[in-house]
Amino acid sequence: MNAPNESRRSTITRPFYWSVWREIWENHSVWIVPAIVSAIVLLGSLASASYLPKRRQNALLLDEMHRRAAIEAPYDLAAIMLLITAFIVGLFYCLDALHGERRDRSILFWKSLPVSDLTTVLSKATIPLVVIPLVTFVITVVTQFLMLLISTAVLAPSGLAGTTFQSFNLFRESLVLLYGLITIALWHAPVYAWALLVSGWARRATFLWAVLPPLAIGFFEKVTFNTTHFASMIADRIVGFAPEAFSYSPHTTPLMTPGKYLSSPGLWIGLIFAVAFVVAAIRLRRYRGAL
Amino acid sequence: MACIEARHLRKAFGPTVALGDVDLTVNEGRILGIIGPNGAGKTTLLNAVLGLTSYEGELKVLGRDPWKSRDELMRDVSFIADVAVLPRWIRVTQLLDYVAGVHPKFDRAKAENFLAKTTIKRTSKVRHLSKGMVAQLHLALVMAIDEKLLVLDEPTLGLDILFRKQFYDSLLNDYFDGGRTIIVTTHQVEEVQEVLTDLIFINHGRIVLQCSMEEFESRYVEVMVNPDQLAAARTLKPLQERNVFGRSVLLFEDVDLAQISALGEVRRPSIADLFVAVMTKEKP
Repeated sequence: MNAPNESRRSTITRPFYWSVWREIWENHSVWIVPAIVSAIVLLGSLASASYLPKRRQNALLLDEMHRRAAIEAPYDLAAIMLLITAFIVGLFYCLDALHGERRDRSILFWKSLPVSDLTTVLSKATIPLVVIPLVTFVITVVTQFLMLLISTAVLAPSGLAGTTFQSFNLFRESLVLLYGLITIALWHAPVYAWALLVSGWARRATFLWAVLPPLAIGFFEKVTFNTTHFASMIADRIVGFAPEAFSYSPHTTPLMTPGKYLSSPGLWIGLIFAVAFVVAAIRLRRYRGAL
Repeated sequence: MACIEARHLRKAFGPTVALGDVDLTVNEGRILGIIGPNGAGKTTLLNAVLGLTSYEGELKVLGRDPWKSRDELMRDVSFIADVAVLPRWIRVTQLLDYVAGVHPKFDRAKAENFLAKTTIKRTSKVRHLSKGMVAQLHLALVMAIDEKLLVLDEPTLGLDILFRKQFYDSLLNDYFDGGRTIIVTTHQVEEVQEVLTDLIFINHGRIVLQCSMEEFESRYVEVMVNPDQLAAARTLKPLQERNVFGRSVLLFEDVDLAQISALGEVRRPSIADLFVAVMTKEKP
């Protein structure tokens, strides 16, 4: 009676894999919110479809660079909106990740299973660093593909459909997007890790605890020394990936500069902070119970 | 082998001493009831055993230090606190997937068999189950895990009598096989009296009484004393005296059974009555 059970029980477990799934089951927002933004973008391009042939004719009168920019603009706008959405969703996910389980006391159940604090916290960090970028990539590419279909269908009767493809290359755009998602995720890693740490530490109001101390430091510095080093450091942490990862010149598509990005101290200093925050969050979870 | 071995176990929260110098040995195959008033330190003791809180002194659970290796220990230990602990957002199937995915000693078929005897739907979310069903679900998970130690902290709190009865019946009939150890804390003492093999009373973070149920039954007797023999009975130093329907009931420790049965009707005391007697004596 016992023998067949023994062999079945020796199956290999995958705590990290299932812990990541657990997070996705609990946090539908990581894919629902980008999907809603995508739906809004698509509704917008449907609604403006009737103006498209006229706009395209105007665009074709421009020189090549401006024409390319005008034709690409809606696709870039869609991608940028989804990237901003990803950041907001990731931030709010992290602010709740180690707080929600204490609030609803389920931490007692999770801790009754053979899953270490290391595995749990890393699985939570995986959501903003890997899962949300992947979801954003898929949804953005699908959105841009559907936009392309709409515009092709609308422009086909006037014979202008081909002009989109001269300026816009979905494959290249997708490569740039993937590169952008990776560089942004690594650049924002300390922001997410800080939010995770605060969510494991604060008893309530995780958003305020995460945001007010940096604001207070910036304010203090401005009042006391009349300088803004801390504030510009924070601003650089949010948007500073762009000048490192891309090279911009007016009216051309930005070029990817991975060498410059990888050799920028900002990236590595940020990653060191991210690791420190995550290690602190892992240590902290050991001491944490239900609120 | 000792399942739990604690020496000079201490835990203080600031100036409040939750556990003061507890010595405790629980052998394999025992069902230990920890009884104590609110704030006595029961939950702190269980949390220390489960690796949920740090402590001073020595503690070994299944040969491991729970605070240093909680995740390894949890392969052999299961834990049901009160029923509110299962996450409310999760679906029954997701819960089964997750536990099967992380627990090397979980037998999914066993859990499914147990659930088949209930009205719990696989697609339901925990938030849509009644309190009793959540307890059944948690029990189904725990019974499908081949663990060595099961810790129950007020497992039947807020459940109706039918569910409570069923809970302990399932535990004893389908689960307990003598190789496992169970620790249970509860305020519903009368329901576990028949279940326990060992008993601990705890108050102000200290163990005030520790015995096996055999010792309990041979050590303590209760006599409903005939009114004319009350004075004689009182000279035998009863632990406690109380009135039941106008008759005096006296609780004795370590007395000669032949001598005592002459005084009136001898009964087996309940844990609850002994608990009240010990706690009222304890009060400074």
